Amino acid sequence: MNYLELLKLAAPETIVVLTALTVLAVDLTSMRGIELRLRFIVGGLLTAGGCAVAMAWMLVMPMQANALEGMLVVNQLTQIVKGCLLGLVVATVLISMEARFTAHPAEFLALLLFSTVGMMFLVSAEDLLMIFAALELVSLPLYVLAGFNPTSRYSAEAALKYFLFGATAAAFLLFGLSLIYGVTGATELAAIAHALGGHGPEPLLLVALAMLVIGFGFKLAIVPLHLWVPDTYQGAPAPGAAFIASGSKLACFFIFAKIMMIAFASERIAGSADARALTGGWVSLLAVVATLSMVLGNLAALTQSSVRRLLGYSAIAHAGYLLLGVLAHDGAALAAVVYYAATYGLATIGAFGVVNLVERQMGNDSMSSWLGLSRRAPIAALAMMIFLFSLAGIPPLAGFFGKFYLFAAVLQTGADHHLGLLWLVMVAVLMSVVSFYYYVKVLKWIYLPPPTDVPSSRDTANVSRLAQIVLLLVALAIVALGCFPDLLVGPLQTDL
Amino acid sequence: MLAWTVYISFLGVLALMLLPQRQVAAARWVALATASAGWLVGLAGYAQFQAGEILTIIKRPWVPALGLEYHLAADGVSLTLVLLTGLAALGGVLFSWNLTTRTREFFAFYFTLIGGVYGVFLSFDLFLLFVFYEIAIVPKYFLIAIWGSTRREYAAMKLVLYSFFGSALVLIGLIALYVVAGAHTMNVLELARHPFPHSFQIWAFPLVFVGFAILAGMWPFHTWAPTGHVAAPTAASMLLAGVVMKLGAYGCLRVAMTLFPEGLEAWKTWVAVLAVIGIVYGAMVALVQKDFKFVIGYSSVSHMGFVMLGLVTLNTIGLSGAVLQMFSHGILAGLLFAVVGRMVYDRTHTRELTTLEGMRLSRVMPFVATTFVIAGMASMGLPGFSGFVAELQVLIGAWQLYPTLVVITGVGILIGVAYTWRAMQKAFFGGAGEPGYNSSHSSEHETGAGVEPIPPISIPERIGVVLLIGASLAVGLYPKVLLQVIVPSFDSPLFDWLRKGGGL
Repeated sequence: MNYLELLKLAAPETIVVLTALTVLAVDLTSMRGIELRLRFIVGGLLTAGGCAVAMAWMLVMPMQANALEGMLVVNQLTQIVKGCLLGLVVATVLISMEARFTAHPAEFLALLLFSTVGMMFLVSAEDLLMIFAALELVSLPLYVLAGFNPTSRYSAEAALKYFLFGATAAAFLLFGLSLIYGVTGATELAAIAHALGGHGPEPLLLVALAMLVIGFGFKLAIVPLHLWVPDTYQGAPAPGAAFIASGSKLACFFIFAKIMMIAFASERIAGSADARALTGGWVSLLAVVATLSMVLGNLAALTQSSVRRLLGYSAIAHAGYLLLGVLAHDGAALAAVVYYAATYGLATIGAFGVVNLVERQMGNDSMSSWLGLSRRAPIAALAMMIFLFSLAGIPPLAGFFGKFYLFAAVLQTGADHHLGLLWLVMVAVLMSVVSFYYYVKVLKWIYLPPPTDVPSSRDTANVSRLAQIVLLLVALAIVALGCFPDLLVGPLQTDL
Repeated sequence: MLAWTVYISFLGVLALMLLPQRQVAAARWVALATASAGWLVGLAGYAQFQAGEILTIIKRPWVPALGLEYHLAADGVSLTLVLLTGLAALGGVLFSWNLTTRTREFFAFYFTLIGGVYGVFLSFDLFLLFVFYEIAIVPKYFLIAIWGSTRREYAAMKLVLYSFFGSALVLIGLIALYVVAGAHTMNVLELARHPFPHSFQIWAFPLVFVGFAILAGMWPFHTWAPTGHVAAPTAASMLLAGVVMKLGAYGCLRVAMTLFPEGLEAWKTWVAVLAVIGIVYGAMVALVQKDFKFVIGYSSVSHMGFVMLGLVTLNTIGLSGAVLQMFSHGILAGLLFAVVGRMVYDRTHTRELTTLEGMRLSRVMPFVATTFVIAGMASMGLPGFSGFVAELQVLIGAWQLYPTLVVITGVGILIGVAYTWRAMQKAFFGGAGEPGYNSSHSSEHETGAGVEPIPPISIPERIGVVLLIGASLAVGLYPKVLLQVIVPSFDSPLFDWLRKGGGL
C-alpha cells in the first residue's frame, strides 16, 4: 500500500483538516476588523461547505479497504457514520453562527473540525492503538470548546471538570488496553478475538474489561461516570455543549459497540464455553450500568430547573438506552445504535440551539425564562417542541423510530427469539414515560399562557430570523428522518 | 378514498398554521371546512363499502428493511368508528364556535388529534397504528392545559401520563410480538395468522390489553377520565369521551384480542368482572357528584364498561353490541358534554349543581333543557335511541357467559337512570315546587351573579344538537344501518383465531 492510496482512503479526513486550516487562514488574513457576526457567518459557511465536500466525496467515491491491519478501515458503514458526524457538525455550526460567547470564531470552528477529524479516524479504527490516539484527538479540542467562553466562570468550571474526568478516564482506558494487549498479544480487534480463543473469564481480562468500560463510560456519559455531564452541559457555550452531546456520543458509541462486538463477543471468539462466560460477564455488567443510567438519569432530570441541566441528565438516560444496543452485540443492533445516536444528536443540537436563543434573549436558561416563548418566537417554540418530543420518543419523529428500531434489535438478539433482554427493554420503555413528564414540563412553560402578561412585542425584535430558520431546518430534518426512516435505515441495513 | 380523512385533517392543521394570528373567523371556517370534509369523506366511504370485505385503501412499503408498511385499510368496525370520528369532530367545531383565545392554535391541535384518530382506525400495520395512536395522545395535553378550566394543568398532565403509560405497555407488547413473529412484518392480517406460543400470549395479552384499556377508561385505570373530561374545553371533552376513549377499546379489539386469543381465553373473566365493576362504580360515583360535568365524566366510565363487557362476550351479538355502543356513547357523551360545557357553563359560569338549582334553567334556556332531557334519556337507554340497541345487544351477548354479571349490570343501569334524573332535576328543574319563592330568588340571583344576561343559543349549537341527536335516533330506530357493516366484519379472516377460541 503506497501513500497515495492511503491518502485516497483518508481523503474525507484530509478535506476536513484542510477546511479547518482554511477557516483559520481566511479569518486571520482578510477578516480582521470586520464585524464579529459576519466573521462567524463566513467562517461557519466555510466550515459547512468543507463538511459538505467531504460528504460528497464519500458519496461519489465509495471505497472498501482495510489499511495497515485495522488502522484505517473504510467500508460503507464507517462512511455512513462519518456522514452522520459531518451532518451533526454542520448542524452545530449553523446554530452557533448567532452565538456571542467568543471573539475568536475561527479558532472555535477550527477546534470543532479538529475534533471531528478525530471522530472520523475513531470510527475507522479497528486497532487499539489507533482507537486511543483518535480518542485523544477527539477529546483535547472538546476540552477547549467547553471552556471557550472567557467571560463565564461556569464555562471554566465546565472545562475543568470535563478535563479532569476525561484525563482520568483516559488513564483507565489506556491501562485497560495495555492489559488486553498483555493477555492477547494483539492490538487489532479481530486478532484479539482470535487470541482469546483459549481464554475464559480470567481475572486479568475481567479487570481489563472493567477498565475499558470505565474509560468509555466517561465519554458515553453513563452512570457512575456521569458526574461531569450536567455541569459541563450547563457551563459550556451552547454549541460546544451541543457537540459534546452529539458528535462525540455517536463516534464513541459506535467504536465502543464495535470493540465489544468484534473483540469480545462469543460468536466471534473461536467457540468455547469459556468465551461464552466471558461475554455473559460483560453483558451483565453493561446491563446493570445501563439500568442505572436509565433510572438515575430520568429521575434526576425530573427535578431540574435549568434546561441545560435537564438535557444533561436526559443525555445520561439516553446513554442508558444506547447501551442496550451495545450489549446486544450484533450487526442489527449496531445499525440501530447508529440511527439512534445520530438522531438523538441532531435533536440535542437543536435543543441547545433554542437554549442559546433563549439565553441571548433572557439572560439565563431557567424554566421561567421560557415563559411565553411561543409568543416571542413561535418558530423556535415549534422547533423546540419537535426536538423535545423527538427526545421523548413521540412519533412520527426520528426519536420514536430510533427507540423502536433499537429495542426491536435488542429483543432479537439471542437464540431463536427467546426475548432474553425483555426486562431491559421494559425498563427502558417505562422510563421513557418518566422522561415524557420533564420534557412536557419545559413545553408547558413555552406554550402555556403567562399568568401576568409578559412583554412580548419588545422581545420579538431580538429574535433573529436566521436563527429561527436554522432551527426550523434542523426540526424538519428530524421530522423527515422520522417519517421516512428508510433514508438512513436503508443504507445501514444493506451494509450488514 | 377513506385515507383522505387522515390527509384532510393534517392539511387542515397546515392551513391553520399558515393563517395569520388574528384571523379568528377564518380559523373557524377552515376548521369547519376540514371537519365537514372529513365527515363527508367518511360518509362517501360508507356508501361505497361492501359489507364483509376488508377494503385495502393503500399499501406501500415504508421501511422495507424492517418489513413495515404504510398500510391503510378498513373493515366494518373501522368504518363505523371513522363515521363517529367525523361526527364528533364536526360537533366539536360547532360547539367551540365561541372560542376566541388562540383559536388558530386550538384548532391546529384539535385536528392533529382528529387526524391521529382517523389514522388509528384505518391502520392495518401495527407500527403505523401506534404512530397515529401517539399522535392522538400528545395534543390532548395542550388542548386541556391551555384552554381548559378546573385544575387544568394537573388534569392535563395526569391524562397524558396515563395515556403515555398505557402506550408504553402497548409498545413493549408490540415490539415483543414483532420479534416473536419473526421480525419481518407488522401487518395485522399476517400477524393474525401467526400462532403465537401459549406462554407468550398469557403475558402479552394482559400487557397490550391493559395498555389500550387505560385509554378506554376501564376500571381501575379510569381516574384520568373524569378529571380530564372536566378540565378540558368543550370540544376537547367531546373528543376525549367521544372518540379518544374508543381508540383504547378499538386497540383492545384489533390488537390484543385478535392476535392473542389464547391469552384472552385465560383472562376474559377478569376483564368482564372489571368491566362490570366499572359500570356500577361509575354510575354510583356519578350519583353523588356536585359538579355537573363530573356526572357526565363518570357516566362515561360507566358506559365504556359496556363496551369492554361486550368485547369479551366473544359472540357476534355481543361484539357488534360493543362496537355499536362505541358509536352510541361517542355521540351521546359528546352531546352531553356540549350541553354542560358549552351551553350551560359558558353562559352561567358555574357547574355546581346546587348553584344551578337556583337558576331555573328550564325557563331561561328551554332549548338546552329539552336537549339535555333527550340526551339523558338516550344515554340511560331509552328505546328508540342508539344506546338502547347497543346495551341490549351487549347484555344479550353477555347473558350466555356471565348471567350473574348481567344481573349486576342491571343494577348499574338502574343507577344510571337515577344519576341522569338527579342531574337533570337539579340543573334544569330545580325548586319548581315553590314558584313564588323561586322567582324572586332567581331574579335576585341573576342580578347578583351576572350583570350580563344569558346569551341565546346560537345557530351552530342548534345545528350541532340536531346533528348528534339525529345520528343517535337514526341508529336507534334503524340499527341495521351500522350493523349491516359491523356484523359481517366479524366473519373476516382477521377474526379466525378468535372464532376458533370463542366459538364466535
